[in-house]
Amino acid sequence: MTDTIRNTADGDRDHSPISPFRRSWFKLKRNKVALFGGFLILLYILTALLAPVLFPGNPSAPNLIMALETPSLKHPLGTDELGRSILGRIIYGSRVSLSIAIGVVSVGLFIGVPLGLISGYYGGKTDFILQRITDTLLAFPGFLLALGLVAVLGVGLKNAMVSIGIAMIPLYIRLVRGCTLAVREEIYVEAAKAVGTRDTVILLRHILPNVMVPITVQTSLSMGMGILFAAGLGFLGIGVQPPTPEWGTMLGSGRSYLFHAPHVATFPGIAIFLAVLGFNLLGDGLRDALDPRFKL
Amino acid sequence: MFQYVIKRLLSIIPVLFGISLLLFFMLRALPGDPAQVLAGQMATPEDIEHIRHQLGLDKPVYIQYAVFLGQLAKFDLGRSARTQNPVIQEIWARLPNTILLAVVAITLACLFGIPAGIISATRPYTFLDYLVTAAALFGISMPVFWLGLMLVIVFSVILPWLPAGGTGSWKHVILPSITLTAFVVAFIARMTRSSMLEVLSQDYTTTARSKGLKEKVVVIKHALKNALIPIITVVGLQFGMLLGGAVLTETVFAWPGVGRLIVDSILARDYPVIQGTILIFGLIYTLVNLMVDVIYAFVDPRIRYD
Amino acid sequence: MNDTKKPLLAIEALHTRFHTQDGVVNAVDGVDFNVYQGETLGLVGESGCGKSVTALSILQLLRCPPAEIQGNIRFEGVNLLNLDQEAIRKVRGSAISMIFQEPMTSLNPVLTIGEQISEAVRLHEGMRYQEAWKWAVNMLQMVQISGPRARAREYPHKLSGGMRQRAMIAMALSCNPQLLLADEPTTALDVTIQAQIMDIMVRLKEEFKTAIVLITHDLGVIAEMASRVVVMYAGKVVEEAPVKDLFKDPRHPYTRGLLGSIPVIGHKAQTGRRLQEIPGIVPRPLETPLGCRFHPRCSSVMDICRKQEPPMIHLTEYRRVNCWLEAS
Repeated sequence: MTDTIRNTADGDRDHSPISPFRRSWFKLKRNKVALFGGFLILLYILTALLAPVLFPGNPSAPNLIMALETPSLKHPLGTDELGRSILGRIIYGSRVSLSIAIGVVSVGLFIGVPLGLISGYYGGKTDFILQRITDTLLAFPGFLLALGLVAVLGVGLKNAMVSIGIAMIPLYIRLVRGCTLAVREEIYVEAAKAVGTRDTVILLRHILPNVMVPITVQTSLSMGMGILFAAGLGFLGIGVQPPTPEWGTMLGSGRSYLFHAPHVATFPGIAIFLAVLGFNLLGDGLRDALDPRFKL
Repeated sequence: MFQYVIKRLLSIIPVLFGISLLLFFMLRALPGDPAQVLAGQMATPEDIEHIRHQLGLDKPVYIQYAVFLGQLAKFDLGRSARTQNPVIQEIWARLPNTILLAVVAITLACLFGIPAGIISATRPYTFLDYLVTAAALFGISMPVFWLGLMLVIVFSVILPWLPAGGTGSWKHVILPSITLTAFVVAFIARMTRSSMLEVLSQDYTTTARSKGLKEKVVVIKHALKNALIPIITVVGLQFGMLLGGAVLTETVFAWPGVGRLIVDSILARDYPVIQGTILIFGLIYTLVNLMVDVIYAFVDPRIRYD
Repeated sequence: MNDTKKPLLAIEALHTRFHTQDGVVNAVDGVDFNVYQGETLGLVGESGCGKSVTALSILQLLRCPPAEIQGNIRFEGVNLLNLDQEAIRKVRGSAISMIFQEPMTSLNPVLTIGEQISEAVRLHEGMRYQEAWKWAVNMLQMVQISGPRARAREYPHKLSGGMRQRAMIAMALSCNPQLLLADEPTTALDVTIQAQIMDIMVRLKEEFKTAIVLITHDLGVIAEMASRVVVMYAGKVVEEAPVKDLFKDPRHPYTRGLLGSIPVIGHKAQTGRRLQEIPGIVPRPLETPLGCRFHPRCSSVMDICRKQEPPMIHLTEYRRVNCWLEAS
């Protein structure tokens, strides 16, 4: 019946009903800032994957003759106190940071989400106990909790990942639980129960999809947070240990040369900043795109 | 209202127990003999035995925990393995410095962040709004310690205006405070903006306008009061981030606070101090959040009476 | 009823557009009608027909951009759309007031009822705090809220839906406005409460001699309260008539459809016919049908309806219809 319709929309845009996912995708595509964030992250992922191609050789091999060189053509970002190319170490550092980000979020997701679902859905004693545990974990500021755990577990990449991951868990539990509580009251859940659907199916089919939205947003933001925390631990000397190139650790060792060779501390920091910025921009964009209230 | 406060007070009791339990088991999760760990590397066998006896480490776990709680009640956090001073003393000497930074930071953050958020929300999609939003995004993405180092480079190396660390004068406070403030002010500005936007699109804002009230009145009397509710909660949470950020900032600026104490202790494996400082931080954070909950009730009448 | 005296509010060629990311939505597309002193004018139509937007346009409560308002809205001779912010604020709440559909969300949760009522009087009548508060309590009494002194000190969440709506009415009438825009005042309430609210509105109207534009999709409310009715569809006026005439002899197919779809108990037994419905749905905001906007759903549709917009036919001094059927 298009010939009897006067379309005041711009262009021949198809206004047939589309699924909420596609609608969100369109909204996300329109958000240039979020796309820029996504682009930054993509850049990092590519850098991490193509590291050996971008910088052949061992980034951690010392070359004391070239120590503390300012940026030049040979070493675009200069060298650090052991003569290693800062650019090379930043490139390889992306591998470390990304793996930490993924590891940290995985711990949070795979432990936090199920616990949150169970806590929110079943309520009662399980909920009470889990909530008290979560409260206790949340009584410590995140970074401090990670710090404390590192004090117990020891330093290094793996322990840093575990510690920060554990600090993430209560965030996910809270988030998922809150969402589950809301969804649990929805009529379609009641209807499913009335028909005799098993709890596991209800959780997976009905509740989990509704929780996905805040989880996705939180995950993007948590990745940024994970990188920041890991860098913080590295900076203090209790995270990733040298010679592994981690941006925070590089900053930490660069600190001693701040007055003579500030570039050693500057560039890794920029790397951290851009990575975290990317995740934050994307997370924001996801939040705007996926939030059903802001439907156009 | 009174009931509400009492309820909140009661609810932190399990948390306090939880904290103490966590720390109790943390120590015992370490490899090796806890008594040795507590005594430190300089201890003699007699010292180790003394500690073992004092803490009842030869007795069953629940008795140990009881002893631990008893000590906590007396504010006895043991002795530093490094300096042999009471942990409480070590903390007490440094706590005011950290609190100073934290209070300055949170005050500056609210002072700048909230108005920035309001301006941004009342002029959406204008240049000012984009500026504030961008600045805020940058602020929350920046690593605290890197910002500190950059500030040192600019203000202590290139322009030798401010000292790079230590204490002594008000000049020493500036750079660490700004560093700490950066993340928090960005976060608060963002929260204020989104909270205000939400409130300004509510029906009651339209009602207020329909009565012919001036826009300023609508924004401040009608909108802001509602928007503050989530902002207050966030400010409380941010205080926690401040305590965490303080660790990094104090390290950068060699600021003699509890944050640096934690780091030094971790590097030196001084477990009594680690345990004690984390306990204190947890306690402070819990109390701050309790205060926030109470303030919350003052602002939101819906919470007060239910 | 209205005679040839000047109208209190004269809306002429009102166009309110929204510029969205997907295109331009013509929410109000060439609307005109008058409101006379002391009368109750019903503004009827389905959700999305533009009736609320019309009211919001009168008081300029829409954010411009993305909204854009064009036309003439003359109140006591002055075109409201030409007034600056300062001037329109003086009109709001004192000369023209508005009450809204959802009493739950239309009152500010952190301010007391008394405060929300008295601030309007303080602003427009220049009263001092104590005076204004007494006035507010008085208004609460007039809307039949018991224990008004205590209630004035309470917050909105303590009141029931009906009480909140009454408080809103008190707030809107506190400065004795000449015109009250009531946007679906009873829709969100239970049927029994609805009756109470309508009662109060009728009494207060008598007392204050306020003209009311009663916006609703509920024809029962219209029958009870309105003296004249304007029917809107898809942003345009399709019919206007005195209320009795409209119910007895609706001319526009849409109005006929609306009246025919009112459920009447025993109707099916009597006539053997099921509930009449109007086939189809309201057009999407960005897809307006060509010609007469109602034509896709009209049972008496003619060829010309699909091509050209119908003219407004004035049947009598008080009746007009926007339909090709009346043109012949």
